[in-house]
Amino acid sequence: MPLRNPQDSDTSMSFQLSRRRMITGTAAIAAYAGLPMPAWAKGGSMTHAKNGFGEVSGEDIRLSIGDAHFSTGGRSGHAFAVNGTVPGPLLRLREGQDLRIHVTNNLSEDSSIHWHGLLLPFQFDGVPGVSFPGIKPGQTFTYEFPIRQNGTYWWHSHSGLQEQAGHYGPIVIESAEPDPRYDRDYVVLLSEFTPIHPHEIMRKLKVGEHYFNRQMQTATDGDMSGADRRMWGAMRMNPRDISDVTGSTYTFLINGHGPADSLEYLFKPGERVRLRIINGSAMTFFNVRIPGVPMTVIAADGIDVDEVTVDEFQIGVAETYDVIVSPPGGSHALVAEAMDRSGMGVASLTSRSVKEGGPRATPPALRETPTLTMVDMSMMDHAAMGHDMSGGEMGGMDHNMRDTSKLPADVKVGPGVDMVAPMPMDRMDFPGLGLDTVEHRVLRYTDLKAKRMNSHRTIDREMVIHLTGNMERYMWSFDGKKFSAVTDDPIRFGYDERVRVKLVNDTMMAHPIHLHGHFFELVNGADHMHQPLKHTVVVQPGGTATFDLTANEPGDWAFHCHLLYHMHAGMMQIVTVRPFPVGEGE
Amino acid sequence: MMRAALLAGAALWATPAIAQDHSGHSAHQAVPGQPQPEADHCAMGHLPPEQCPPKKAADADSNADTDAHAGIDHSKMGHSGHSAATSADEHAETDHQSMDHGSMDHSAMGHGGMDKSAAGAAPESAVPPRAFEGPQHAADAIWGADAMARARQANHAGHGDMKTGMIMVERLEARVPLDGGDTGFLWDGQAWYGGDIDKLFFKTEGEGAFDGGTVEDAEVQLLWSRAIAPYWDFQAGARLDIEPETRSHLALGVQGLAPYMFHVDAAAFLSDRGDLTARIEGEYDQKITQRLILQPRMEVELSAQDIPERAIGAGITKIEPGLRLRYEIAREFAPYVGIEYEAKLGDTADIARANGEDPNGFKFLVGVRAWF
Repeated sequence: MPLRNPQDSDTSMSFQLSRRRMITGTAAIAAYAGLPMPAWAKGGSMTHAKNGFGEVSGEDIRLSIGDAHFSTGGRSGHAFAVNGTVPGPLLRLREGQDLRIHVTNNLSEDSSIHWHGLLLPFQFDGVPGVSFPGIKPGQTFTYEFPIRQNGTYWWHSHSGLQEQAGHYGPIVIESAEPDPRYDRDYVVLLSEFTPIHPHEIMRKLKVGEHYFNRQMQTATDGDMSGADRRMWGAMRMNPRDISDVTGSTYTFLINGHGPADSLEYLFKPGERVRLRIINGSAMTFFNVRIPGVPMTVIAADGIDVDEVTVDEFQIGVAETYDVIVSPPGGSHALVAEAMDRSGMGVASLTSRSVKEGGPRATPPALRETPTLTMVDMSMMDHAAMGHDMSGGEMGGMDHNMRDTSKLPADVKVGPGVDMVAPMPMDRMDFPGLGLDTVEHRVLRYTDLKAKRMNSHRTIDREMVIHLTGNMERYMWSFDGKKFSAVTDDPIRFGYDERVRVKLVNDTMMAHPIHLHGHFFELVNGADHMHQPLKHTVVVQPGGTATFDLTANEPGDWAFHCHLLYHMHAGMMQIVTVRPFPVGEGE
Repeated sequence: MMRAALLAGAALWATPAIAQDHSGHSAHQAVPGQPQPEADHCAMGHLPPEQCPPKKAADADSNADTDAHAGIDHSKMGHSGHSAATSADEHAETDHQSMDHGSMDHSAMGHGGMDKSAAGAAPESAVPPRAFEGPQHAADAIWGADAMARARQANHAGHGDMKTGMIMVERLEARVPLDGGDTGFLWDGQAWYGGDIDKLFFKTEGEGAFDGGTVEDAEVQLLWSRAIAPYWDFQAGARLDIEPETRSHLALGVQGLAPYMFHVDAAAFLSDRGDLTARIEGEYDQKITQRLILQPRMEVELSAQDIPERAIGAGITKIEPGLRLRYEIAREFAPYVGIEYEAKLGDTADIARANGEDPNGFKFLVGVRAWF
């Protein structure tokens, strides 16, 4: 899909939310609190969802979920709007405040909101069937919890596939102490819009045919040798299986705006601008960069890290990164390129609005689609090791791509497991598919170091969880068992137990694995007092990622791949933390 | 004859029952509610006391109940004399010995720090007893067991139990013999519905001549399909021939993706007259561009015996190698042109010649591949 030049569009939209103005957000609550049930919630003609969001704050917040029509660029279709916008409103909160959120479901189906990354009593975590029964049509449910943290988070539906259709929004929690690191504060919420109904996307993925992949290897395309092509074919694997759903149906959004909308972020030269980048998409990993403007990462998944300056980073689904930029005057393209390079979200960071005659940066062209390598198959990359691929070099290597004897006994072997990583290695130093070969500075998990010291704990127990799947059948699971097949056998932790969990990716896709209600520490080579805290970790293809978890939030929590259709296919489990203090609930 | 067929059918149906027995895999799961004796390393002194979680009264009770620790003398187990550091070193050594570093130099590959095992940690199965305490579902006490039970069921079903289906018209084409003769038509399609493992398949194919609109061959199949391996489905069911005459068969086969990405559909058929035949189809999609696809296809038919009324001799009866070039206007809709060589072989060819037919020849194809 060629990228539309933003200047073609006359829907130029700019907003300026200086940090000081954002804080005075109490007027906004009043406005939303008084909102009657909107017309689009009552059936009949649907109102048009506004692209982009307003802001709500205070101790009582009202959200209402409704059907709407959404359009951007040349694409339009049904969406779920919250308070009439896609994405839904920004929740601007303050560390230490109390919060009641009254959520009204005006849909004809059950709904829910999960507060992604927030530490809270499990019964308000918002996962139907795990933390609460869900919100029935017409019902208003009140979430009530204190705000125990600060940083950048987000919220989204945890019901069905609603998240794909607009049911998500950002959360910003101001720290209790003043934060002098920046002068201006913006949310950059990345997501996708598709005119296809999410259930139809799921069906197309299930019936195969690589429906959304328009970047498959052809007879003449790519550098891959004939021998390599035959090897991939022999294993029935596709080296361009990078994203399941692509720009062939997705328009990539920044704050609800497609490239054609020409979103602008305004700044004054010399200012330090904090960009709170949230990957709120259903299925897309993004490469984020502002060509010519270095970004200093100050927080990952909402939690401060030691500053590290990069030119580009890849953000997995559901992750957040906060960066500080100090661009020179002018217009700079803010680019969120899909990992498979099938499209991009585009905005501009500009010191003089186009409306006032300022220039607009031209976004860079899409780069070439990356191709998976041997390493993504969990094998040694011979080329990188200086061997050539031909001849007997392979002799000593393990080429069995499904040696099930390598699996622990608790992994169920069946048609749902098409590969067992033969030599899974820790890939925390991998910056993400396609970013390993760029010339400039890119972020790796191994660059992250917690800014505040973690408490010192030794490991009580070790655990290995295999991420398993079958690409052809579109089956996804943990340890070979779909969630629907593990009914009442959760992953059990004792309260305050310290567990080292190794995730082994037996597939050739990167999976962003999210644990609700907790932050775990990435075992990334940082000293154990400074391992970075995260709520979501990307496990690279054919590799492993390891985290340390102190299970100190009692209750039942969801644990899943945050690729929406992988979760829907069964890549989910429940984590229980016991004992649970009975009688403490309401 | 009919009885023989039924007996054979019963034998065929028994096979999938064996093939589907994966139940043995579940035997390793921990039994909820049964604390495992080796679970509590703090109690056993593997860990220094300051690393142990605070003990609860309930914890002590459950330990007393299981009585698992009562008879164990920790000093005899050799744990008590070790400092945490010593045992950590031992574990670290053991770990390295068990890994095969033989032929590779990991340090040269920039994967430093790969061994992320935690020295002294308990194994995965050593779930502490307190993890089994309390309610099975924490939310039941807060929102009500009934409401949660319904939501829980829906939540489970919504993460892995999806059923779906499709209708695929693989070939719908006109066939023009290059050496003259009547232009024919052919259809070949299938539809399925089901979950990841079990599906119901409907298949149909047939041929006829445009001249007079006569259908010469027509069959339908209804099959139960079960995933037996990552790329293979086992299929069993019934086939009914409508033309050239009504005949029913038991059908047994496999369908899936062979190495090198060949789509394969192979089946054996046992007719109600006891005739055993087989058909193997294979095809491969070679992308020329993202939308232009060249598909070599091969079909082979076999018969275990002569079937005079169908002019078939025992052996390989027919081969049909073909080449189709399709253009995907949409993924779901692709017109194509192609060429196919159709050859009767062996006795079947002789029978054809005896009947004054040409046993082989090339056909030019125009058709469409479509799915919904």
